[in-house]
Amino acid sequence: MKDARDALMIGRNTDGKLVRRPMSPHLQVYKPQMSSMSSIFHRITGAALGLGTLLLTLWLVCAASGDNAFSIIQAFLASWIGLLILIGFTIALFYHFCNGIRHLAWDAGKGYELPTMHRTGNLVFVATAVLTVIFWVIGFLVW
Amino acid sequence: MANENHDQGSPTHSKPLSVHVMRSQLGRVRGLGAAGTGVAHWWGQRVTAIALLPLSLYFVASVLLLSGATRAGMAAYMGEPWNAVLFLLLIVTLFYHLALGLQVIVEDYVHKESSKLATLLVIKGVILFCALASIVSVLKLAL
Repeated sequence: MKDARDALMIGRNTDGKLVRRPMSPHLQVYKPQMSSMSSIFHRITGAALGLGTLLLTLWLVCAASGDNAFSIIQAFLASWIGLLILIGFTIALFYHFCNGIRHLAWDAGKGYELPTMHRTGNLVFVATAVLTVIFWVIGFLVW
Repeated sequence: MANENHDQGSPTHSKPLSVHVMRSQLGRVRGLGAAGTGVAHWWGQRVTAIALLPLSLYFVASVLLLSGATRAGMAAYMGEPWNAVLFLLLIVTLFYHLALGLQVIVEDYVHKESSKLATLLVIKGVILFCALASIVSVLKLAL
């Protein structure tokens, strides 16, 4: 026991055996909810976009470096693994964009009512799907 | 009954109402909370989020325009002053927003003080490096 507070986290189960009490909130116990899911996806997509930003840097540096470097990165992005990464990038971007607007509304004190929160959460998931599809339809038409 | 009401803040008879704030006046003026920091971080995250709403849409449009472009096409695009300025703005706000966001994630999940400091320094170093590399690349393409 490293901390006196740990004493409160130890109890006996029905067999009388000493066990460590589960901490709350306990992820395995909770049913996925709109609030928790939309929140953790915001964080996951944010971190994923951080990795995508490395790709943005690489793309710009290659473009500045020369024709050879640029053709390599363009070929990589056009390969199936590159496209897979870019599709993931756009999903993360549109999700973080839409849910970010939701967060800004909360910061302004709006949209906290549970029915509103559920509606805007669903709207974010739908908008992410729609925007991603629109992007790639345009993308393949232009390309 | 009437006498009892005198102590309830009746303006004619009792002392004027006063509020005791358990915070130093200097702390209030500086807008600091209990941690003595955080307000600048909070505002920085929101202001960059708002700035990124139009900038990320511009970025998405640029990517669509530049898909399959040659290096010369890319240089011509960045050669337009507005595009170079918007890309530089995007890079600065994006990397700043990313640094603030990743900092919160690290502070939430890394509890050992030395590991936390080391992780934050590495993340901020990588972000600064990538941001500068992106800026130099855009300037090289543009100029």
